[in-house]
Amino acid sequence: MTPLLELEGVTVTLGGRVVLDGVNLRLADGQFTGLIGSNGAGKTTLLRVALGLLTPQRGRVLIGGQPARRRAELVGYVPQKVELDPDLPLRVADLVGLGLDGHRLGLPMPSRTRAARVAEALEAAGAAHLAGQRAGRLSGGEQQRVMIAHAIVARPRLLLLDEPLANLDLPSAKAIVSVLASVAAERGVGVLISAHDMNPLLPVMDQVAYMADGRLAAGSTGEVIRSEVLSELYGHPVEVIHVRDRVLVVAG
Amino acid sequence: MSPLVTALVVGAVVAAVSGPVGVFMVARGQSFAGHALADAGTTGGAAGYLAGVNVLYGFVAFNLVAAAAMEALGGRRAIARDVATGVVLGASLALTALFLHIETSTATTGATVTVLFGSLFSLAPGTVPVVAALGAVSLALSALLYRPLLLSAVHPDLARARGVHPGLVGAGYLAALSLAVSLSAVTIGAILSTALLVGPAAAALHLVRRPAAAMALASLAALACTLGGVGLAYASYHWPPAGRGWPVSFFVVASVLLVYGASLAARRR
Repeated sequence: MTPLLELEGVTVTLGGRVVLDGVNLRLADGQFTGLIGSNGAGKTTLLRVALGLLTPQRGRVLIGGQPARRRAELVGYVPQKVELDPDLPLRVADLVGLGLDGHRLGLPMPSRTRAARVAEALEAAGAAHLAGQRAGRLSGGEQQRVMIAHAIVARPRLLLLDEPLANLDLPSAKAIVSVLASVAAERGVGVLISAHDMNPLLPVMDQVAYMADGRLAAGSTGEVIRSEVLSELYGHPVEVIHVRDRVLVVAG
Repeated sequence: MSPLVTALVVGAVVAAVSGPVGVFMVARGQSFAGHALADAGTTGGAAGYLAGVNVLYGFVAFNLVAAAAMEALGGRRAIARDVATGVVLGASLALTALFLHIETSTATTGATVTVLFGSLFSLAPGTVPVVAALGAVSLALSALLYRPLLLSAVHPDLARARGVHPGLVGAGYLAALSLAVSLSAVTIGAILSTALLVGPAAAALHLVRRPAAAMALASLAALACTLGGVGLAYASYHWPPAGRGWPVSFFVVASVLLVYGASLAARRR
């Protein structure tokens, strides 16, 4: 079967620095993949490549078997560090509606179908109660739910999220992860989510894609999160330590 | 058309345009760019005086040129855009100083006051249809770019990912803003012209949640300020000290400040 997302030998050089170094990654429909790595490992670049915003110097990026650039309608996206101004004149429902037709010219025409799609996306993101509020005046966790609703309202097959858990308190992060897990399970949407801490994702990840210095190792957590595998990826010895139900990667 | 009626009609058109364009300007964080365009307008107005053409054409021409220069110099980074805006602002005010110096050393037409602070009661005949047409173009551009502008305001990458070119949308909007600033310059003078775009829009953003409602409210507030300002200026011909009337721009901008202050107070509650 054609994978939903396929990166093959993807290499990206930005300003003379190799940011992605021959990266391979496959993601199937409904599969939940955590893209794990520290700052500067190449996570955001990988997501931008998958979005078609960045063309790699080498390698292929396919979505549903076709070049990523031409498949924008299949992809939902939550960018890093969305900070909405408190005075931005958008209610939550308006913002989510832009996920349906924000790229089109002209004024939006309200319709029952449009309102129903928006309501459905808000429900799935656990944000139905926020619909009438001003998007910029919500808490970080609430804004993240709204951005997820915005990303899924056009019913994409692939959802890309750039550090959606950063700056969230633990309960909010857990709630966002469970929203995303149910989007993957119930709608069959492939989810690729970047994070610097894999722990909140451990219970729901089908696949882990671990990045260090532009290189990537993908597989089940049992296959990848091991001292030998990560040491080779980092190019120096690291140790994987299990503390209760948490996993820590430390320099060996 | 009597000067008073002309002033009221032009003021109303300008107010209607400044609502939607102003809301986008404030929401996109382009108030400084708008002000730089206003200053570039002074150059156009002064050049218009020197060349003996309607100052409105000077405003429009130089605002569009300044907008293009800011786009060309600016690029995508916020700081680079700020610098480009500042450079254009400085260059245009220097030219204004030169043009007004030449003009006022050869004639006594009151060019400086007219260009900088407007003279709504002495508009050239034939200005009204031009104002209406340019206002319609500015509103049409804003309506056309409505959704991509809002999406880019949420996050430019969301627009890019959906195939929207934020630079192109931004340039289109800057053209609409240039026209709106030019029209406002006719009403309250070039140097004050962004006041009519910033104040009512910022006040509306404090008070309502929906984009369309914010735009309508901003237009209404601008209309109240403009018409009220015209009325007060007309009445002021009977006021001290000289019985020559107070400037329209003073009354309009003072009303705008009152509206903005009231919206701040309402938001705090």
